[in-house]
Amino acid sequence: MNEIIVIVGGGIAGMEAASQLIKLGYSPIIIEKSDRLGGHVAKWNRLFPDMTPAKDVVDSLIASCKDANIFLNTEIYSVNRLKDRYNIMLSNGVSISARHILMTTGFKLFEASKKEEYGYGIYNQVVTNADLEHWFNGNADSRMDGSQMGAVGFVHCVGSRDEKARNSQCSKVCCITAIKQAIEMKEKFPDAEIYCFYMDLRLFGKKFEDFYTKAQRDHGIHFIRGRVSEVGENIEGKVIVKAEDTLLGKPIKVTLDLLVLMSGMVCNSENAKVASMLALPNDSDGFFMSTDNIMNINSSPKKGIHYAGACTGPKTVPETLAEARAAALEIHTSIKEQQ
Amino acid sequence: MNAFGFKLSPSSAINLDKADRSKFDELCSIEPDAVRCMACGSCSATCPASGFSGMSVRKVLLCLQRGKEEEAFKMMSACMLCGKCTMVCPRGINTRHLILSVSRIYNKEEKK
Amino acid sequence: MIYQGKQKIWSDYQKEIPDDHWYYVRSCIRQNFFPASEKMFMEICRNVLGKDIHENEHHTTCGGIAYHCDTIPQETVMTIVARQFALMTEAGYENYVASCITSFGNYTEILETWHEFPELETKIRELLWKACRKEFKKPKYLAHSSDLIYKFRNEIAEKAKFRLVDKETGEPLRVVEHIGCHYAKMFPSKGIGGAEYPYVLAGMIESWGGNVIDYPERRHCCGYGFRQYHVKANRGYSISNTHKKFESMEPYKPDMIITNCPGCPYFLDRWQYVIAEMEGKTYGQNGFGIPVLTYEELAGLVLGYDPWDLGLQLHQVAVEPLLDKIGIEYNPEDKYKGVDKKDLMRPELPSGIKCF
Repeated sequence: MNEIIVIVGGGIAGMEAASQLIKLGYSPIIIEKSDRLGGHVAKWNRLFPDMTPAKDVVDSLIASCKDANIFLNTEIYSVNRLKDRYNIMLSNGVSISARHILMTTGFKLFEASKKEEYGYGIYNQVVTNADLEHWFNGNADSRMDGSQMGAVGFVHCVGSRDEKARNSQCSKVCCITAIKQAIEMKEKFPDAEIYCFYMDLRLFGKKFEDFYTKAQRDHGIHFIRGRVSEVGENIEGKVIVKAEDTLLGKPIKVTLDLLVLMSGMVCNSENAKVASMLALPNDSDGFFMSTDNIMNINSSPKKGIHYAGACTGPKTVPETLAEARAAALEIHTSIKEQQ
Repeated sequence: MNAFGFKLSPSSAINLDKADRSKFDELCSIEPDAVRCMACGSCSATCPASGFSGMSVRKVLLCLQRGKEEEAFKMMSACMLCGKCTMVCPRGINTRHLILSVSRIYNKEEKK
Repeated sequence: MIYQGKQKIWSDYQKEIPDDHWYYVRSCIRQNFFPASEKMFMEICRNVLGKDIHENEHHTTCGGIAYHCDTIPQETVMTIVARQFALMTEAGYENYVASCITSFGNYTEILETWHEFPELETKIRELLWKACRKEFKKPKYLAHSSDLIYKFRNEIAEKAKFRLVDKETGEPLRVVEHIGCHYAKMFPSKGIGGAEYPYVLAGMIESWGGNVIDYPERRHCCGYGFRQYHVKANRGYSISNTHKKFESMEPYKPDMIITNCPGCPYFLDRWQYVIAEMEGKTYGQNGFGIPVLTYEELAGLVLGYDPWDLGLQLHQVAVEPLLDKIGIEYNPEDKYKGVDKKDLMRPELPSGIKCF
């Protein structure tokens, strides 16, 4: 019988790792707490920078890991360590014994309502990046449906690079996501003025910079360097945004039909329970701490426990997939060494 | 009327609701690179007029986009069209040509 | 506007306010600006609610104005405050209630600073002992007097003779609430409802029958800003900020403004006259201004006290249209009569804004 590998989390990292482990001759078990695979990516519509449908990515991953043993709606109930093995009790009553556990527990989106000054959940026309993707996926949303969009704003760095929100880290993907969504909104509402309020534009990935210049030149998206300080609502229900244009050193004010908050990637607080069972340390940003951030990003300090994807920090989709493959290989090498 | 010794202060804030960008759009139709500036500041750093007059191509572009045309013209009046800014721009914006286009488009009424 | 969203925030920012036995400290300026407000607060506490509230004639300024004008060091302010606490301790009280928002902010800031830097508290105790041989206990509870009226807003509503409703149409009055900056902007957790969507005054308005207006510049400063007003050359900034607020609230056609700060009602009230003179513009209906009331004056009105006993004749903006709208009876002849019908003399009326 093939060696069992336990994968905690059925997002893209968990599925990619499972498919690689199957190819290497192992029997991965995916434990997913929700009722479906695909995590955050499954809720997204299209992915930067090539506008790849997220569904295609998720569907192909689901197909490639179909031979894995998948437990949906399942959580880890308890873990005991016996010599080099972990005995894992699941909430569905199943117990598993394995030498290797791969944590692919991912991240959480920052709860935008915590930034009270932005009025998410208070002002009707304030939405998040996730709400917008939900709508792009064809779900009804009265805030966008049938609305005349004269002006739309995007606020970068909502809950990220924000020590008051206790997240000092850069969420990495929001700059490029904002640009992607800004272009998509411009395509849907060609007459709308689109404003991106940013602190820095961090466009590090392949083709990201091209995407940015395309937004500027071909789509006429306005970029304003300045963090939104305050949001209000006028008598017509439109959103009033105040910021500083820091490149001109002047306060700036604009009335918008829709304000999109780019909620950042933050550590998944639901990881705390399983982390305490396995005694896994957290880094200062709350994400899992790897043994080394350069050479061993996939390794935890606990023998037999590995990481992949955004459970160690904000990552893009290709980065996450690459880490999942690396983790599968690391598990494989480690099993070979044990033999 | 005003015997108080003080008055309402004019706001320095930019109100994007009132910014008229029609001329800027016209500018973009012949100078599509006008919006590609990323405010690196190379132009102002190399500008021989900047240190004395506050001339800055990146600020001129921003002022035009934010409806602060007067401020843009004030800066531009110090430009000597030497072209150094064009040499240093990392995005290859033809700033010298851009300034000439700005002068042409925004001065239309005066010429008539 | 999603009301439930605000309710969620309000439930997150609640604070413990003691039921009874308060030590009350007055504001430096309120008795000049709104002479009956603090008197009405005492009246409501003692005679309407039947509470024990104590005050002491030796109480002085908390030093807040000088502190916020940047003219005295914080340690001096702390020593002044330490003396106030000593007076409270000597009187046998531990629930400290400030009438002034800046004092409340000042006390909150000092208590938090001492919490973070206990060595500073020790030093201030020494300074106080050297200065006047006094010792003190820190208050167990610190509240602003509007917190107390908020706490008992429903009791006041039960005893009220009037509601904040247009007697002709039956519609709730449209009320702007303005919170003093120093109430919760420095320490959001110390204010009822927090700093972004404070509930302290909104709760009173709702309880007494009115509708709260949330307009774009709601969180903006009233314009006082201490240095911006006290230095005459800067007064243009002061009035510009007030002007900005009025321009922003104008489309909502507010019936009145209520505030919980000494400075705010003064500037929101008096600057309406100045704006009328400078710009020829008024913000109320038919050439009137928008009446600006303190929450104590409003409590007094709904409880049925005579408007002239509440000192409403000292407001710049005429309150009569508001009284008529609610249906509160008053004698126009008595407007400029003081206690025991003493003649206060009639002021010269401005031309730019309608007054009586």
